[in-house]
Amino acid sequence: MKKILILFSHPKFEKSRVNQALVNHIKDKEQVTIHDLYEEYPNFHIDVVKEKELLSQHDIIIWHHPFYWYSCPPLMKQWMDMVLEFNWAYGPEGNALQNKTCLNVITTGGSREVYCSEGYNSFTIRQFLRPFEQTAILCGMTYFPPFAVMGTHTLSDEDLNDYKNNYGKLIDLLQADLSINDFDNKSFLNDIPQLKAT
Amino acid sequence: MTGSILFEAIVFLAGAIICVSIAKRLGLSSVIGYLLAGVLIGPYVLGFIGQEGQDILHFAEFGVVVMLFLIGLEIEPKNFWNMRKTILGMGGIQVGGTMLLSYILFAALGFDWKVALVISMAVALSSTAIALQTIKEKGLMNTTFGTSSFSILLFQDIIVIFMLGFIPLLANSEHKTSTENHSEHANLLENLPVGLQTLAIILSVVLIIVAGRYLIVPMLRKVAKTGVRELLIAAALLIVFGISFLMEYVGISPALGAFLGGVVLSNSEFKHELESTLEPFKNLLLGLFFMAVGASINFIVIAKSPLTIGGILLAIIVLKAVVLFITGHIFKLKLDQKLLLTFSLAQIGEFAFVLLSFAFGLNILEQEQMDMMLVITALSMSITPIISMINERLILPKIGTKESIKRPMDHIAKSQKIILVGFGHFGSTIGRFLRSHGVEATILDHDSNRVDFLRKMGFEVYYGDATRLDLLESAGISEAKIIICATNKLSVSKAISKIVKEKYPHVEFMIRTKNRYDAYELLNLGHQNIYRESLETSLTLAKDVLSKMGFRKYTLTRQVQNFIKYDEDSLRRLASEPKREDDYIFKAKKELEQQEKFLNEDFKRGVVDYDNHWDSEHIRKALENPNTKK
Repeated sequence: MKKILILFSHPKFEKSRVNQALVNHIKDKEQVTIHDLYEEYPNFHIDVVKEKELLSQHDIIIWHHPFYWYSCPPLMKQWMDMVLEFNWAYGPEGNALQNKTCLNVITTGGSREVYCSEGYNSFTIRQFLRPFEQTAILCGMTYFPPFAVMGTHTLSDEDLNDYKNNYGKLIDLLQADLSINDFDNKSFLNDIPQLKAT
Repeated sequence: MTGSILFEAIVFLAGAIICVSIAKRLGLSSVIGYLLAGVLIGPYVLGFIGQEGQDILHFAEFGVVVMLFLIGLEIEPKNFWNMRKTILGMGGIQVGGTMLLSYILFAALGFDWKVALVISMAVALSSTAIALQTIKEKGLMNTTFGTSSFSILLFQDIIVIFMLGFIPLLANSEHKTSTENHSEHANLLENLPVGLQTLAIILSVVLIIVAGRYLIVPMLRKVAKTGVRELLIAAALLIVFGISFLMEYVGISPALGAFLGGVVLSNSEFKHELESTLEPFKNLLLGLFFMAVGASINFIVIAKSPLTIGGILLAIIVLKAVVLFITGHIFKLKLDQKLLLTFSLAQIGEFAFVLLSFAFGLNILEQEQMDMMLVITALSMSITPIISMINERLILPKIGTKESIKRPMDHIAKSQKIILVGFGHFGSTIGRFLRSHGVEATILDHDSNRVDFLRKMGFEVYYGDATRLDLLESAGISEAKIIICATNKLSVSKAISKIVKEKYPHVEFMIRTKNRYDAYELLNLGHQNIYRESLETSLTLAKDVLSKMGFRKYTLTRQVQNFIKYDEDSLRRLASEPKREDDYIFKAKKELEQQEKFLNEDFKRGVVDYDNHWDSEHIRKALENPNTKK
């Protein structure tokens, strides 16, 4: 069973209905470490040594965060800036993260329809996530498509329930060694047949 | 006319005001001013006060009692217990050594052995009033020298009980009747066997401790509830009077009893109220006491045999100084602490008046001998503050911990000089952090042990009173960029700011304060960089409490920042309000009202309502009801 590290960053978790549902649903799973960055580093003073150790101990890294202004909350960017060091995560001798798997789990207020060239956000989620994708690639990780909970402002309780169950199933699939060939060029992990089936 | 109480009061008060303000202007201790005032108004110079000086002396000794009560208030029982070795050791060596040497001296001068013994007892005791007043005035109570002096003085207070019990044994039996003359010293227990006397003394000490807890504190609570200020003053005086009375009744020094009473009450919530209430009484009574000492110097006795008296006076002071120096040496005090101790306790104290007149009443001493010793006592008390001053100004700067050690300054210190006043717990943290950034602050401190230690660590440290402009100048105030006042004494920070702002207005001040009230004062003096020591630490604690209860840390961290900003704003707003009542009890009441006001305002702001960032709730609401704005 693969070990999953969820780097969760939300500056106001206590006010987030959707993220509470998601996190609470998976937090007791075996071999899953939820690392709550805003609770761990309220002063943005990140313990780089500790973060590196955590990364080394896990096979799959999930950046779980709300999609603020087409990006992640600032503490997560801080985390990337500080932890992914030259010659550790990347660079000629940087191979600490080689062959690990990496993906984003995001929540967005806007629905999937508005993230396209015709919608008011003009670009797709995959386009907005390019910096994360390239970061993963530079660090030698395999980057998976995102799992996205979208349209959270108008999300019904039933839909939220589906999302959280799917998140749980996704974790199980990842731990059971989901491979990149299983995606069939899907833009979102939400759309893979194993999750669609239910 | 001299008999009128009003007239005497006028004479004393005017004398004090004139002489003490002159002494202070010359940079001398206020004790010297009072003594000088006493000499001036006494029977031999201006003659305003006649022989009643002795009575006034007796009355004013009450100032010493109040002072020891106040010192007791500052010592918690646990600390007192920790001091027991120093008290017994240093006190024992000092009293024993001095008695031995002075007995040899007076026996050699041809005095009867009994007389020599009584005098040696009197000589062994130093003046609590003069020594402690001077130490407190200089803020040296917490130095090694301060606690050593205090321990010795406390031991003397205890040993004097035994001396008073022992002296009657020296009296010839046919004079026994004359003890009756001394009814004020006679007490309930005089006729009891020694064992019962001891028991009574122990019982009364226990009584003080028990009464402190279960009688005095509840009484003070009741009094405080009435909100009548005078009642609190009355209660405070009642406590001190009561303890003194009880102690005299069983034959213990009232000062010692008052000290114990103070220690018992040091843990109570009334500590500060008692302090602020009794402080003015103590100061006035002590002033009166010093003036009475000055007035009681009998110049006719001096004129009769100036050489003998001068010789004995000198011999006694040298003898006491030698014993004190050795005592300090045994207890491994540093050289300058030893010298401070030596010179501040080298006088004969006020207990000598009691012992000598008691022995005179028992016909052990003759009139002449007593007169001579009383004059010597008064003179020695007047001289020691002057000797101490010479020690501090001329001797100390040359030996031991020097005021400064010249050290080549590195380039940072040269270009942006920082002066740090006070290197206690607060200041040392600042100093360490600055140093970790390569910034070497120039440190000023008045504890020589600490100063030597810091110098060993390589800090540039100046030793002495930071309110002296010359010391600040030699520490380089003229080219300083910032001066940090890390002392916990508002008076020191204010004094420094006053002298520095006048001459070096370019120096920026950064000041530690205890609380809002000190901060108000500094704000009104035009200071902006004020750091309340309690603000951030208490908020950090509160934040951690809420975090343990389940609140999110990041939100709390932001709230703490908001709270600090809000509190700082309100501080500045309230500072400009008209001056507040100075009385402690009203101040405390006012403070509670103010706290309540803050809490109400906090409540009105709502706990998290104004902190809406990243909260999608309101967006959702707006999307659900597109017609309502926001």
